[in-house]
Amino acid sequence: MALELKAISATNYPTLGIKETERVCKLIDVSVCIGCKACEVACQEWNDTPVEETYPYTGSYQTMPELAYNFWNLIKFREVELGGSFGWTMAKYQCMHCADPGCLRACPAPGAIVQYTNGIVDFVQENCIGCQFCVTGCPFDVPRLSPKSQKVYKCTLCSDRVAAGLEPACIKACPTGCLQFGTKKQMLEKAMKRVRQLKAQGFSQAAIYDPPGVLGTHAIYVLPHGDRPEDYGLPRDPSVPWIVSLWKGPLKTVGNVVLLGGILTAALHYLKFGPMRAEEKTRG
Amino acid sequence: MTNGWVDIRNSDVILAMGGNPAENHPCGFKWVIDAKKNRGAKLVCVDPRFNRTAAVSDCYVQIRAGSDLAFLGGLINYTLSKGLYHEEYVRLFTNGPFLIKEGFSFKDGLFSGFNHNTHTYDKSTWQYEQDEKGYVRQGPTMQDPRCVLQLLKKHFERYTPELVSQITGASVKDFLRVAEIVCSTGTPDKAGTIMYALGWNHHTFSVQILRAAAILQLLLGNIGRPGGGLNALRGHSNIQGGTDHGVSYEKLPGYLKIPSVQHQNLKDYLKANTPRTLIPTSMNYWGNYPKFFVSFMKCMFGRYANKENDFCYDYLPKIERDYSWVNMFDDMYQGKLEGMLCFGINPVANGPHSNKMLAALSKLKWLVVAECFETETAQFWKAPGIDPTTINTEVFLLPAANFAEKDGSFTNSARWVQWKWKALDPPGEAKADQEILASIFLKVRKLYEQVPGTFPEPILHLHWPYNNPTNPLLEEVAKEINGQALEDLKDENGKIILRKGHQLSSYDQLKDDGSTACGNWIYCGCFTEEGNMMARRGLKDPTGLGMYPEWTWSWPANRRIMYNRASCDAQGRPWDPTRAGICWNGERWVGDIPDYKHDCPPEAGLGAFIWLPEGAGKIFASDLAEGPFPEHYEPIESPVKNILHPGVSTNPLAKTFKSDMDKYGTPDEYPIVCTTYRLTEHFHFWTKHITVNSELQPEFFVEIPEGLAEELGIKNQQEIRVSSIRGSVQGKAHVTKRIKPMEVNGKKVWQIGIPIHWGFAGRVKGPLANFLTPTALDPNCSIPEYKGFLVKVEKV
Repeated sequence: MALELKAISATNYPTLGIKETERVCKLIDVSVCIGCKACEVACQEWNDTPVEETYPYTGSYQTMPELAYNFWNLIKFREVELGGSFGWTMAKYQCMHCADPGCLRACPAPGAIVQYTNGIVDFVQENCIGCQFCVTGCPFDVPRLSPKSQKVYKCTLCSDRVAAGLEPACIKACPTGCLQFGTKKQMLEKAMKRVRQLKAQGFSQAAIYDPPGVLGTHAIYVLPHGDRPEDYGLPRDPSVPWIVSLWKGPLKTVGNVVLLGGILTAALHYLKFGPMRAEEKTRG
Repeated sequence: MTNGWVDIRNSDVILAMGGNPAENHPCGFKWVIDAKKNRGAKLVCVDPRFNRTAAVSDCYVQIRAGSDLAFLGGLINYTLSKGLYHEEYVRLFTNGPFLIKEGFSFKDGLFSGFNHNTHTYDKSTWQYEQDEKGYVRQGPTMQDPRCVLQLLKKHFERYTPELVSQITGASVKDFLRVAEIVCSTGTPDKAGTIMYALGWNHHTFSVQILRAAAILQLLLGNIGRPGGGLNALRGHSNIQGGTDHGVSYEKLPGYLKIPSVQHQNLKDYLKANTPRTLIPTSMNYWGNYPKFFVSFMKCMFGRYANKENDFCYDYLPKIERDYSWVNMFDDMYQGKLEGMLCFGINPVANGPHSNKMLAALSKLKWLVVAECFETETAQFWKAPGIDPTTINTEVFLLPAANFAEKDGSFTNSARWVQWKWKALDPPGEAKADQEILASIFLKVRKLYEQVPGTFPEPILHLHWPYNNPTNPLLEEVAKEINGQALEDLKDENGKIILRKGHQLSSYDQLKDDGSTACGNWIYCGCFTEEGNMMARRGLKDPTGLGMYPEWTWSWPANRRIMYNRASCDAQGRPWDPTRAGICWNGERWVGDIPDYKHDCPPEAGLGAFIWLPEGAGKIFASDLAEGPFPEHYEPIESPVKNILHPGVSTNPLAKTFKSDMDKYGTPDEYPIVCTTYRLTEHFHFWTKHITVNSELQPEFFVEIPEGLAEELGIKNQQEIRVSSIRGSVQGKAHVTKRIKPMEVNGKKVWQIGIPIHWGFAGRVKGPLANFLTPTALDPNCSIPEYKGFLVKVEKV
């Protein structure tokens, strides 16, 4: 499927696709994740992300403490008390591809972040100015700055593969069927079926994680203990940070008015007083 | 595996014990997930650590490393005492009804016939009662106190839930939780499987653990059935192939035996190894031993092997003792070996007792290592603590191609022999193993031709029929393994069934008169006149059970489930029609390739276990060294004495060594139980040479329980030292809630875990876990006790 733009950062022109595009979606069924990290490797191999020679041991089975500019797909391991018994959760973490992407809203660089009509949110590094507003804007703490290139990187949902009709690399590598890929509708159906199965097996709180605070995501989870997303490393009620909403919402209008006022004042001032001349300083 | 990977999806209950399939077999584990999702199967995990398998299990119970047999004994007792066994199955298909000789007994940890001086058994009382014709006497009602089932009941009645708890450290409640699920499969409509790996194998009583599991599965009627079985998860891509082809010192290809010194001629050898039928109608397929063996000798020595010279039987070495590799390294340490060719093994890293391995290698004059990486063994002379100037061993490192740089076959755990194709050329001067071996062999042969040596015939007469002698094509070798007719083969009516020179299609065609050659009889059928059966990739699934008979080829005879006759009742009707492995249609068996004569009616009495002379699954087995029934013994290094019989605490036949380096610790100085294992991110000791794998688990660490860390004042990621009496390792602590304290016979016991992988070679370095492990071996298979030994832990 061709990638058609839906939204572009710091740009007022909404680009509209000429046809209806199905939204794509990753399904992460945490109940059958065995933390094998095949998805981590596939992500690195496909995206050719440079490998640091040595990372120190993290104090758990987790590859590194957090996502990195060159590590976009991380399984988080947690030892937790779950529903009265001990559990060791493993949940893949990556860009969620929000329907309302905080990163895109926060980004001041035209065209550095785009959202496609299929739901993928992609970073276009050549337009990135490295300001990291997207980092502030992301409710999932995903984007990471490369200290070398001073650009920000994250999971692309393998937009290149998806555009060619393939599933993302992580999905292809997953051995247990924990990761699946399809349209959002299909994945929601599968997720609902799985939640019903889990409930029948005694996981009374099993639920789908598709947070409404960002109008839903294009990576959704099945959580056996859906009432405790934090135990899987996921925020409870993510939404675009208020500072970004304020700045890009009401404040933007206020800012525009102030800006316009400023220009108008400057113009009136020019008309009335003419250009400003620098006074020559006395040479010493 | 008796069954196969895909078949696990047909299970109702999966016991993962002595193995961590989610960790070490993530791809195969998809079938466990499949069974859980689509059948609502229950996954039970019993392990010293809450591991990756436990994380997705329905029931997890922690036990002390080395106490598995007691736990299984408890399950056997639970099954018998609650009457949960599949009575008809046991009566029809096992030796449960067979009577055992009067003198057989068990007392204070020893079976009858123990010789206290030699520490061996006289097995004469471990035998069936036989009638005057030599056939087994039976008690079909299974009530006779001398019948196997009653003896079994008596043997295991000691393994009460309370005793299991005292030995293993699991609570009675936890044990019963497992027992209830696992022992629920003794009905025809249920099938349960067991997945195990080195967690059961790495003990001085390893084979007896497997026996206990086999007995449990036979009692529950789970052997031979789709969704059932006893399934060994093999730890390398082709270790099953290696085992099948006789890499172990005591075996020839196809599980034929290496001759021993007692058998100096072919007649004696064949007599000793060809089992005599014990039931009048039993098929006793191993009775064809002479055909398998003679065909093998024809493959080895070609035209030189003939009836007159005992098919070159004299050419084979005759062994008088255990030459397994730990023994071999003991010999080496004592200076008895001059040189070694080392292919596909990294003994310094593999251990046990890596320091002894290093010391042994330094006594060699020369060492050849063929590897794709410079392993610890290849650079043993610069190991930490070794001064290279003191080492006189001349080391040759030959660059070898890796698996992707040559074709050939991989035999997976499911016995599927899958052909693979070379993906790329080996880099630089690297050569495939067969080319290296052939070049060395031809050079040696040339030397024998030029200079007369002692007993040159086995070298000079070796059959070497390859088009390019210095680099045999693996397809040629595969054809040789399959075997061919050396004469026209005829049926009883004189009709030719196979022309001279044609590839054999089945081991039924093998002859003991020299008219067939076959490198490995169980692989006969893998490369027939129709072509390379291992290269097939057909996706037909006629049974709907995932057998895929046209996907590659599986030994034996392309059979996907071993002993599948036992999946049907006496009349040949499947125990569970929804999971019919095979069934009798009135004329022949249909479904999987039957483990029975294909046109022989069910009542013919060939036995469901046609390979065995008794035709029945062995609940009682005199084949093993330390007893016909399994018994719990403590590891060589144990925190407690054996509660059952403190006087015989450890396996009385376990092998330990006596050199100055072989030491065994005691709990007063080394109170903590330690176990070793692999991580999913790695492959054995290899992947520390590879960037991505190194990154995924970058540093050596030791998993220690939270409570123990508190006691010792250790924080997560702090540097600690773990020492056994043999050596020590230092690295980061991984303080975890996933290992809990245990109460073993009233004593608080801690256990810790150390992943193997790191070493002093590779991109990421770290200590070798095997600096700690003991040189103590199982008496049946000489496997070392890498799991359940004693250490102490200190803050650095």
